[in-house]
Amino acid sequence: MTDYDAIVIGAGHNGLICAAYLARSGKRVLVLEASDSVGGLAATREFHPGFRTSVAHAISQFSAKIARDLDLSTHGYTPGEAMATVGLDEAGNHVILKGSTVSGVGPDDTAEFIAFRRMMQRYSDVLKPFSLKTIPHIGKNSFSDIATFAQMGLKLRLLGKEDMQELLRIMALPARDLMDEKFDSGLLKSLLSWDGLIGSKQAPRSPNHTVLSMLYRMIGDHGGDPAIPAGGIDSLISALAEAVMAAGAEIRTSTPVERIKIDGGEKGLSATGVVLADGKIITAEKIISAADPKRTFLDLVGVDNLEIGFTNRIQRLHSDGYVAKLHLALSGLPDFTGLESPDGRMIIAPELDVIEFAYDDAKYGGLPEHPVMEIVIPTLKNASLAPDGQHVLSAHVMYVPHDLKGGWTAAARDQLCERVIDTIARYAPGIRQQILHQELLTPYDIAQSYNVTGGHWHHVEFTLFQMMMMRPTYEAAQYTTPISGLYLASAGCHPGGGLMGGPGHNAAHEILK
Amino acid sequence: MTKSDPFAGERLKHSPFHPRQAALNLRNAWSSWNGTQFADYYYDAEYEYFCIRNSCATYDICPMQKYEISGTDAEAMLDRMVTRDVTKLKENRVTYVCWCTDAGRMVDDGTIFKLGPDRFMLTCGSPSLAWLRKCTYGYKHLTVTDISDTLAGLSFQGPTTCEVLKKMGLMDIETLKPFGIMHFPFGSGSLMVSRTGFTGDLGYELWVQTDLALALWDALYDAGEDYGIQPYGEAATNMARLEAGFIMPGMEFNEALKTVHFHHDQTPFELGLDWLVDFKKARFNGRSALLIERERGPEYTLIKLDIEGNKPAEGSYLYRNKRCTKQIGYVTSAMWSPVVKANIALAMVKTKHLGENIWAEIYYEKELRQNSKVAKCTLQKKPFWAPPRARATPPQPF
Ligand SMILES: Cc1cc2nc3c(=O)[nH]c(=O)nc-3n(C[C@H](O)[C@H](O)[C@H](O)COP(=O)(O)OP(=O)(O)OC[C@H]3O[C@@H](n4cnc5c(N)ncnc54)[C@H](O)[C@@H]3O)c2cc1C
Repeated sequence: MTDYDAIVIGAGHNGLICAAYLARSGKRVLVLEASDSVGGLAATREFHPGFRTSVAHAISQFSAKIARDLDLSTHGYTPGEAMATVGLDEAGNHVILKGSTVSGVGPDDTAEFIAFRRMMQRYSDVLKPFSLKTIPHIGKNSFSDIATFAQMGLKLRLLGKEDMQELLRIMALPARDLMDEKFDSGLLKSLLSWDGLIGSKQAPRSPNHTVLSMLYRMIGDHGGDPAIPAGGIDSLISALAEAVMAAGAEIRTSTPVERIKIDGGEKGLSATGVVLADGKIITAEKIISAADPKRTFLDLVGVDNLEIGFTNRIQRLHSDGYVAKLHLALSGLPDFTGLESPDGRMIIAPELDVIEFAYDDAKYGGLPEHPVMEIVIPTLKNASLAPDGQHVLSAHVMYVPHDLKGGWTAAARDQLCERVIDTIARYAPGIRQQILHQELLTPYDIAQSYNVTGGHWHHVEFTLFQMMMMRPTYEAAQYTTPISGLYLASAGCHPGGGLMGGPGHNAAHEILK
Repeated sequence: MTKSDPFAGERLKHSPFHPRQAALNLRNAWSSWNGTQFADYYYDAEYEYFCIRNSCATYDICPMQKYEISGTDAEAMLDRMVTRDVTKLKENRVTYVCWCTDAGRMVDDGTIFKLGPDRFMLTCGSPSLAWLRKCTYGYKHLTVTDISDTLAGLSFQGPTTCEVLKKMGLMDIETLKPFGIMHFPFGSGSLMVSRTGFTGDLGYELWVQTDLALALWDALYDAGEDYGIQPYGEAATNMARLEAGFIMPGMEFNEALKTVHFHHDQTPFELGLDWLVDFKKARFNGRSALLIERERGPEYTLIKLDIEGNKPAEGSYLYRNKRCTKQIGYVTSAMWSPVVKANIALAMVKTKHLGENIWAEIYYEKELRQNSKVAKCTLQKKPFWAPPRARATPPQPF
């Protein structure tokens, strides 16, 4: 008899969600996490005495179904309210988006914005049902697989001819083309493109998946508006951890899995357990890796246990992160010129070309001359993250290469950090005097401290060739893998990253089939 | 000033044996193999073939691709790549292997020489560095060196070969068993001899650094003078290997990585290489696909045919009825075999028709007139040519 029915590797939100579903259906589940706390990229940790924050700082698409299924409200999670997205302007003429309203732009842009948002919402509704579904592989399909394809086709048809044609036209369009044909305000164009670009190696002029990423963000409760729950990001993670434990599963932190134990028999290979750093083996019927796919296959499974073509497809997955984090411990609330309260999500990207040029710098391994970023003040939602009256500023900074030319030296880190703070100071002039401590995490740092290959937002780039039945690659896109008993459940699977829970939910569904 | 050659990159390379071979190529009958000028035949293909079967002959295998794979991960890498169990291979032994894609389609066949605990040589017909790069990804303690241009190989085949090598001074060469390897000092370096070949008869392959190639040639031809030594080319090789039932890329199989059409490549099961696929091994590339193939049975099966009459069935379609309306397969290689005195062929036939009659529709030319005939074919289980002397140790003296 095995020690457990299932072992989940990695206690990111997807690992926790998968474990909770399995435990609730009566499985004996063990979750093993390498770092000293749960939550993965959404874990809240202290970065300066008394100051805490998390890498992922806002939620825009967490699945309400999962929250219901796992009773997260009884465990202390209440979805936050939609935040405004503020396009910062040095002179204080900000453009502000909230729901279907916009301020700070002319009447033409306002009218276009309302129409645009409605259109995008219709398209997003088409995609929505598939985020909590396994995308069937191509060929040899079961009835339910075919039903999924049929449902996709039907959803598209229901859009009506014009909408459907328009969706297909814009699907892989560069953000810039879409924005230029609709809007005048540079700041508005940046704001509306932002969610399609962040977390990926894409700029406004790149064709590929920007529009799909925008639509994907809009799947959430507030049509893409970000939110921070009342108790902060931590309230989601601790509710998930509680749900896991309440269902009878066990979570062990500071327990990195060294290797997945793979046994060979007449029928082929199967995963039968995990090997810990001290050599100890824990066995289980099913091993679910909620660590990223590259790490899972290349490090934990090992190429010896994989076929050659498959290995090379995994090796070639795009997985270099381009988002860095700046965390500031502040003595007071920063004052942004012309902004009543910094309680929204503030974006510094005055126009699309500023984003484009930042990308150009990073594309060749350099630091952006003019970094673009999204900022929130998490302490405004959850005061416990800092001592009384003091605050935390959290910024996602783009584009910062994982592989910096010349390497990530302390000097390079400092240079970027100063440049980012200088940029913020142009909008919040007094901020330097408020800084008690600053921390910059490059994608390289994130990869190291969070055990995520490339430090990538989505584990593997969310891009047309790594999407749906190709995510992370065929033969591993239905949460199963070529190795029997081994499953995937991380952001590297369909429907992708961000705090939404789709991969964990879908993986559990496949495992329990 | 010399004028630069505008076709420099297009010209065929010369094998290290070229000076001697060119002198003997009376008909200037050259073709090429992997970019090296290569004899199709020297004087007369049939004559060269008879030397292989009755005395001894040399075949230039320099253009064959050779890779030295060394390091503590070398064995594991090769063992995962090929369908056979490489961990069982002993030092100074050679094994015949094939390797497949993930989908179980054959990429190529070749041989692995185990030269030391962590040192192997892989030989194969086509350049394979790109494939090897894929195979080696993830192995840290391993180097792959393409030694195709630094190690010269000369295949030496025929019943009198052992005698010639003895005469050349290779002590105890008669004790070398099939697929064994021996090393001898030679000139300023050393000579490696493996008892391998592609003729189904007694034979050896001789390996030296390229700078010793001509010295090897001269020593061998000196020793072989009274034993009818003669170079042979591609044409005679093709005859000998067909009699032995050996498969050839571009004839019996299409390398999977070069095949465009779906399933126009083959699996080892289709090619009768079941014995190379070791399912006791839990890990090798293509295993799960091949397991399914084994259970389902291959779509085609490579068979040996004895065909009535004497017209080679080259390129023939095969039918299960004499009226030739129900096609079941095609001939891959065919010839009139002088040693067996039979009209022989290798052919691919749909497995489900294997128990039935097989008819070949043969087209042939007679003084510029095209003719065709329908000939009955008989399935042959054993290789057409497999004399006991091929495996005898020590080989019979001459
Ligand atoms: C800079 C940055 C900012 C982001 N901001 C946001 C945001 O604001 N909003 C949002 O929605 N999304 C954001 N994201 C994306 C989001 O954080 C991720 O997509 C999501 O957290 C992934 O969740 P996961 O559970 O799949 O994996 P992870 O959260 O990465 O969890 C994987 C876990 O596996 C563990 N692990 C790995 N290897 C082993 C091993 N061998 N043994 C044991 N454990 C192991 C890791 O330690 C980790 O805890 C951001 C991402 C980045 C990089």
